[in-house]
Amino acid sequence: MIFNIKLTIMHKPLTMLLLLLSVPEAFAQEAIKADSLKAVKVEASSKSIKKSYTVTANSAVMTSKELLKAACCNLAEAFETNPSIDVNFSDALTGTKQIKMLGLTSPYLMITEENIPSVRGASQAYGLSFTPGTWVESIQITKGAGSVVNGYESISGQINTELIKPINDIPFFLNVYGSTDSRFEANVHASRKLSDKWFYSLLLHTNTRNSKKDMNHDHFLDNPLAKQVNVMKRYQYYNPESGWVSFINFRYLSDEKQTGEVDFDPNMDKFTTNHWGSEINTKRLDLATKIGYVFKDMPYQSIGFQNAFSSHDQNSYFGFNTYDIRQNSYYSNLIFNSIINNTMHKFAAGLNFTYDNYSEFVNGADVGRTDNSVGAFAEYTYDNNDNFSLVLGGRVDNHNRLGVFATPRLHVRYNPWEKAVLRFSAGRGKRSANIFAENQNLFASSRNFSVLDSGGKIYGLDPEIAWNYGISFNQKFFLFGKSSDIGIDFYRTDFENQAIIDVMQSPQQALFYNGKSYANSLQLEFNLEFFKHLDLRTAYKYYDIGTDYLSGNFQRPLQAKHRFFANLAFATHIDDKGHQWKFDYTFNWLGKQQLPNTATNLAADRLPEFSPSFAVMNAQITRTFSSQFEMYIGGENIGNYRQDKAILGNENPFGTTFDTSIVYAPVFGQMYYAGLRFKIK
Amino acid sequence: MRNTIIVLLLIFGISAQAQEKKSKNARHTIEVNGNCEQCKKRIEKAAYSVSGVKSASWSVETHQLDLILNEEKSSVTDVKKALAKVGHDTDEVKATDQDYKNLHSCCQYDRK
Repeated sequence: MIFNIKLTIMHKPLTMLLLLLSVPEAFAQEAIKADSLKAVKVEASSKSIKKSYTVTANSAVMTSKELLKAACCNLAEAFETNPSIDVNFSDALTGTKQIKMLGLTSPYLMITEENIPSVRGASQAYGLSFTPGTWVESIQITKGAGSVVNGYESISGQINTELIKPINDIPFFLNVYGSTDSRFEANVHASRKLSDKWFYSLLLHTNTRNSKKDMNHDHFLDNPLAKQVNVMKRYQYYNPESGWVSFINFRYLSDEKQTGEVDFDPNMDKFTTNHWGSEINTKRLDLATKIGYVFKDMPYQSIGFQNAFSSHDQNSYFGFNTYDIRQNSYYSNLIFNSIINNTMHKFAAGLNFTYDNYSEFVNGADVGRTDNSVGAFAEYTYDNNDNFSLVLGGRVDNHNRLGVFATPRLHVRYNPWEKAVLRFSAGRGKRSANIFAENQNLFASSRNFSVLDSGGKIYGLDPEIAWNYGISFNQKFFLFGKSSDIGIDFYRTDFENQAIIDVMQSPQQALFYNGKSYANSLQLEFNLEFFKHLDLRTAYKYYDIGTDYLSGNFQRPLQAKHRFFANLAFATHIDDKGHQWKFDYTFNWLGKQQLPNTATNLAADRLPEFSPSFAVMNAQITRTFSSQFEMYIGGENIGNYRQDKAILGNENPFGTTFDTSIVYAPVFGQMYYAGLRFKIK
Repeated sequence: MRNTIIVLLLIFGISAQAQEKKSKNARHTIEVNGNCEQCKKRIEKAAYSVSGVKSASWSVETHQLDLILNEEKSSVTDVKKALAKVGHDTDEVKATDQDYKNLHSCCQYDRK
């Protein structure tokens, strides 16, 4: 910590650049800067979710402290205690949790790791589960249009993950975890200082689930058997005298899943009708470099250059359906930051290059493609250092399939009176939908896939184009002498054109076509600190997501219109010996959800039009024995709520009504876990 | 020996020239009297109002104002004058009693 303070104070410009390299400047730098200063003053009481009233965009920073509240263990599960993001229940097949923001699924979010797009294209379905939770230093969540610096694809928001920095990391960290759904995890981090200027971290993660569970007796595994090995090597260069900083990351991932019927044995039953089964095997390689320079005597002027190469290779089959995708990707971003006259007027300008080669086979049919784009962006930030700021950004890209197009984005912040902030944002996003990769859970059904359009350049479809607008208001106040705050925000996303996935037509079909849709989202938030160390967070969320399907306008399936969220956290004071208790409880209530159309199935394989409403509760207790050692136990879905029929047609998986994709509630019942963390400082 | 003299002359020549040349990114830290967040906003706003001031940051705790300014356009004295005009004293330029009294009551710092 002391080291950290020194860095913040002595080399402020450089620290700023480090942050700048890692976070879109206008959006979160202040928040993080404020964080580090706050952390210097009172580390113990620093909040685990930080919302700044002076940052222009509607954003919040989740610290690693917040991540410790959830059961585990990867990015997909990190958002369980955060009201802005909805975590879906893992589907009956892959056990992967999907996230949504403003009611839109993760393909409509820009998900970056240290500002380099990470969950994209082929990795869309499982990518979040490829970042272990212990690697994460903080997560920055921005609602709405977002910055133009990273690209044109984001529509409903941005999630940027900062990994642990070698320069700040402790020498050794160990975490092991085990749960009653027989998932075991181990994380080992080792960091050291190589020289005055070079720092190194090795991050190892492995997880496995090796025993078969079928709690709902449908003859199908409730969670896949899994094995993941994830290794990252990270080098950081930091030279405050010269103004140069750099990062070099290498990463290798291997992830294997097997799922389906309990009796399925891949060696015997693959591609037979003996038993239905599926295997999803992924290998991924990442190489990323960053280099940044702060001009001498000009702390406000810098240059950053990022380059990332990744190769993502998934081989999978779902019963008789096969799906293979390999994406080789190159991303490059050159950014220059400076001021106009003075630091009240800042700007960022730069160039982007992206190349994606997809080698993709759906049931043997080659649907591969190569995408490339080159773009230029500029973003202007005005801040009167008092109560008003504005970020106006624009970019122009030339893409081989999307054409030449402009992407404007605007964020405005105004503090009308003390402890209040009013924000507005608007922006456009455009993207090619990887309809198969993003919806691969539908392969585990007897649905036939048909793309109804043929004129477009992406699987016959035209690019998705959407405008997003939002307003938000937050106010801090004292309620009976207790510090509290309220927040309200409303966002609307208008799709001029969307790649619609239609499961409302027939239970035997998955249709894809271009059409229009909208998504309205309203969130009311109330937070209260009863007293020091006892915090309550509550949120009510309303979603209205309408799509013009062939069979009429329906709400988006598997999306609750009303949701309620509450989180209660309590911690005792840390005593002289470092002992501490932490308690955390999360409550989620979901209203009824539109279900895919199953009306034409026989009664046994028919679901109602809407799901019932239900509640899910999670809780965790952590005992810290010293600053080096802590243990935790917790439970998920303590109320043991379970979806009635998790898999349609489970008695006859090769029949016409088989469907594992309709998951609106937990499939697995209660789950308990325990783990420990050991640190050498 | 002769070479050494030439080299020395060259160095002096260059540094003399450098001294004459005004820096476009000169850093200065000056003490400005004030006491609260409201003062901070006023002080920084006044500093930014001087053309050539690129960055201004005042600390409530230390009362130090960190400046980066283009000396071709203005001097530190210009900044001090602008600060005095909004009621804040510096070593060199003091605010008039009237300007000091115009400050918000919470900003009535102890004058030296």
